Amino acid sequence: MGAFLLRRLLATIPLLFAILALSFLFMRSAPGGPFDAERSVPPQVERSLRAKYHLDEPLTAQFARYMGGLLHGDLGPSFKYQSRTVNEIIAQAFPVSLTLGALGLAISLVIGIPAGVFGAVYRNRPADYGIMSLSLLGISIPNFVIGPLLIIVFCFTLGWLPAGGWGSLSQMILPAITLGALRAAYIARLMRAGMLEVIHQDFIRTARAKGLPEPAVIGKHALRVGILPVVTYLAPATASILVGSVVVERIFDIPGLGTFFVNSALNRDYTMAMGTVLLYSTILITLNLLVDVVYAALDPRVELK
Amino acid sequence: MKEAPVLGSATDTIEARLMEPVAGVGFWKDAWRRFLKSRIAVTGGVILIAVIFVTLLAPWLTPYANDQQDLAHQLQAPSWQHPFGTDMTGRDLFTRTLYGGRLSLAVGLVATLVSLVIGVTWGAVAGYKGGTADNVMMRFVDLLYSLPFMFFVILLVAYFGRHLVLLFLALGAVQWLTMSRIVRGQMLQLRGQEFVTAITALGASHRRIILRHLLPNLLGPIIVYATLTVPAVMLEEAFLSFLGLGVQPPNSSWGLLAAEGASSITAIHTAWWLILFPGLALGATLFALNFLGDGLRDALDPRLKNR
Repeated sequence: MGAFLLRRLLATIPLLFAILALSFLFMRSAPGGPFDAERSVPPQVERSLRAKYHLDEPLTAQFARYMGGLLHGDLGPSFKYQSRTVNEIIAQAFPVSLTLGALGLAISLVIGIPAGVFGAVYRNRPADYGIMSLSLLGISIPNFVIGPLLIIVFCFTLGWLPAGGWGSLSQMILPAITLGALRAAYIARLMRAGMLEVIHQDFIRTARAKGLPEPAVIGKHALRVGILPVVTYLAPATASILVGSVVVERIFDIPGLGTFFVNSALNRDYTMAMGTVLLYSTILITLNLLVDVVYAALDPRVELK
Repeated sequence: MKEAPVLGSATDTIEARLMEPVAGVGFWKDAWRRFLKSRIAVTGGVILIAVIFVTLLAPWLTPYANDQQDLAHQLQAPSWQHPFGTDMTGRDLFTRTLYGGRLSLAVGLVATLVSLVIGVTWGAVAGYKGGTADNVMMRFVDLLYSLPFMFFVILLVAYFGRHLVLLFLALGAVQWLTMSRIVRGQMLQLRGQEFVTAITALGASHRRIILRHLLPNLLGPIIVYATLTVPAVMLEEAFLSFLGLGVQPPNSSWGLLAAEGASSITAIHTAWWLILFPGLALGATLFALNFLGDGLRDALDPRLKNR
């Protein structure tokens, strides 16, 4: 276990390096630069701006400089928001995305897992068909359709909840539902498929044969292994949800990280884009590692090598 | 199909039985039979064909032109004259939804084709070559997997400009990763089998072995995954259009219409139809495609054959 973790952690270093190098290269080969939007900037000013941010140096030197700063935990200054550093922007926007993402994820798990188990236990009966059709519907309706419709119903028609902004719990409910709906549907499908796969295996028959009541067979024995596909799915789902959903942020006017990320790529705000990519990749790699550990904990047949 | 010989007849000897040509059921015939049995898949297919026909027949189904403005009838609620209502500039939403569907469907199909070509080629070569080449190629796929998808598409859009054809290519170019993994995994399994050794011994070229003998064995998984890629790509197009990075006006797609609808909602006027109808059109199509994909998976899965 210890050796496994150490080896995997060491392997992430070259991976993260490759990710940074690749995204640096991609960013820089795109035409345009961070100071394009301000057309009024006279050439001398632009030259001194470029010199200030070391954009006039060769690419390799710039990359080396960036990596050097990174070793000290410094993500560099933002090109677009020139008075702020990338560290400051992430420190401000990430907690918002984290809160919203955690709520959305909680909603999707609370709905998705019971729905999937229920569908598997009552498979090919009307209840199962109902749940599966509903979850397919959930996958098929994009969140930018669900969000505005929720706003129309709960904010403008019923007047129960505020339509946007961020801070109070009542402002978090609708965005969290919008964010969680699609994933709840997906988790329900994965959960059902996982349970169906398990339910016919020998150890379940053994559990039944020794006289365990059915709820214990399903809840204690089948669930442990049947949930594994959901666990696998949770790594990328959590990573993308934590870094922020641009669409939900835009609909509900939430100051999360997703908006900064999209704008940074559009504005050639190199350091900001690199910072968010690094954050996403780090979270994803960590979660993937965590998934492997959870796998071994849930399924005794899996060994960590 | 051949009739089974009647028991006790003159041909009913073991030798005769063995001489009898076996009426094998081909891949397509078997798949078609199982496809028809799957009610879910047939439903999805029928809905999809209906949607395609309706969007293609748009000029005959609606009296309005796609971009016909009517400033006297802005933001009208659904009525007999305008079944889906009208938008900010009085354009008939039913008409715009029909025409928008053409582009949404086209994006889905073309981008899937692009991802199919890249993913199958990449996966087939990696799986067939094996060894170091396989290792390097699949590590590259792993690497791309750990980058956020949006980052790629936005950069591709920034790189090439907001051109429609390039949007197709960009969406396809980020969707091939899973396809390449599937194809590579199957290739690895097939490569070790005797018939491949036999064909190699006969002197067939690598290209011929891959194209003629290996890929046809993978048609099932490829078709199924491609069917499930179409709705994923359509959703991404809608998503990009919503952010203003995808289809640009005056062209329209379901995603763009929904985005226009979402932005028109304010506390003063809630034109719910502007978001509901394009959303429903997109939702119904994705629903049908997901149904079709699920049904096809059951129909083409060799493990379920002849059941």
